[in-house]
Amino acid sequence: MTARTVLQQADIARALTRISHEILESNRGSSGLVLLGIPTRGVLLAQRIGAILDSIEPGAGTVGALDVTMYRDDLAKNPTRAPNPTDIPADGIDGKTVILVDDVLYSGRTIRGALDALSDIGRPRAVRLAVLVDRGHRELPIRADFVGKNLPTSVEERIFVRLLETDGIDEVAIE
Amino acid sequence: MRHLLSTKDVTRDEAIALLDIAEDMADVANREVKKLPTLRGKTVVNLFFEDSTRTRVSFEVAAKRLSADVINFSAKGSSISKGESLKDTAQTLAAMGADAVVIRHSASGAPRVLADSGWIDAGIVNAGDGTHEHPTQALLDAFTIRRRLHGSGARGKALDGVTVTLVGDILHSRVARSNIWLLTTLGAAVSLVAPATLLPVSTTGWPVSVSYDLDAAIDSGPDVVMMLRIQAERMNAAFFPNAREYSRQWGLDDERVARLPAASIVMHPGPMNRGLEISANAADSAQSTVLEQVANGVSIRMAVLYQLLSGSAA
Repeated sequence: MTARTVLQQADIARALTRISHEILESNRGSSGLVLLGIPTRGVLLAQRIGAILDSIEPGAGTVGALDVTMYRDDLAKNPTRAPNPTDIPADGIDGKTVILVDDVLYSGRTIRGALDALSDIGRPRAVRLAVLVDRGHRELPIRADFVGKNLPTSVEERIFVRLLETDGIDEVAIE
Repeated sequence: MRHLLSTKDVTRDEAIALLDIAEDMADVANREVKKLPTLRGKTVVNLFFEDSTRTRVSFEVAAKRLSADVINFSAKGSSISKGESLKDTAQTLAAMGADAVVIRHSASGAPRVLADSGWIDAGIVNAGDGTHEHPTQALLDAFTIRRRLHGSGARGKALDGVTVTLVGDILHSRVARSNIWLLTTLGAAVSLVAPATLLPVSTTGWPVSVSYDLDAAIDSGPDVVMMLRIQAERMNAAFFPNAREYSRQWGLDDERVARLPAASIVMHPGPMNRGLEISANAADSAQSTVLEQVANGVSIRMAVLYQLLSGSAA
């Protein structure tokens, strides 16, 4: 299987900067924004976007984590998964604009789980979705509001998002 | 994990994984909607042949927080009082489609029989069998110790170097047995203090040190003192002269609590005999974790049910 790098460190940084500006633009400022990353790499991406937001408009980047393991629809079909910590900012999410952040958008099932999880935690004013890579093949009526890169793929291909914190390198590769 | 019968079978990695999952489960209790959809459509049967309040309610709350259906089944008022055997009861439950059976039985080894017999295909959780084991109690004790020691940064950590002293009726205590295995697996050093009559005939093969003097044990400054209940229902012989003498020699009274280091914690699995093995002040002091243990019990049992019931039968 041949590996091909489609996004390098600089590309990822540019994409996240653009997403950050788009978030601020669509929200008309930074008020009431809560970024929730979906573990594990979504949390790291959320932290990066939060830092960029903070450098544009100080105080804008409230970042947390939202684990969806308990809300997955394939729990019974796979070996038991260990859940990750959920970390909701102290102010909660009621009345806030929540931006869900994940690395790859594929079937849309993870996001469905995330929406269920959110509704158990509170009632946000709006929920948006930011992803680094949208690879298509959706199985549910879900779309991303902010996309780093659209990558048309075949189902046989696998997408690897590697980040400095977990993998020692920033890149997106197709195998 | 297929069954949870004994903490002796639990590896260090499995134990830490369970404690970590319990951390996540504990967060659910602080939310607006205290429920996860994870085990929707699964059926958990609480099969209790012995009396229990906190363990049965705790398992019931845990299963309900994970959206499982719970059936409570106690020996009193069921066909067991008409003489139905464990086999027939198990097969009846299997026919009704139980996915997990939480069993408490006065006979040591009853959960193992249920798990190995092939009478029922469900996951078996031992909720206390005779004087053998009570694994979820030991897990929640380890969880409580870890939370007190490491606070919010407890994830992934074990209990290496922690000193734990178990005091009281070791002979009849399934809580003590489960704790000895689990705490040792997690790296803690366990010592026992008890009257010689309330110790097993031999403790060779147990990874513990044994002494008979509570005052000396207190003065050595253990991180954790775990008081065990004097089990009146199992006191079928003269194990000690009388309650007052026991309390003088092996009870955690106000004076002994005051001598403990301020950071030490006092644990009791409940139900407490106040004034016998533990004084009211000791039980209600800031060092006491009795109520935390109860709250943590729900998180641990959620973690155990999740481990047993989610995932494909691999």
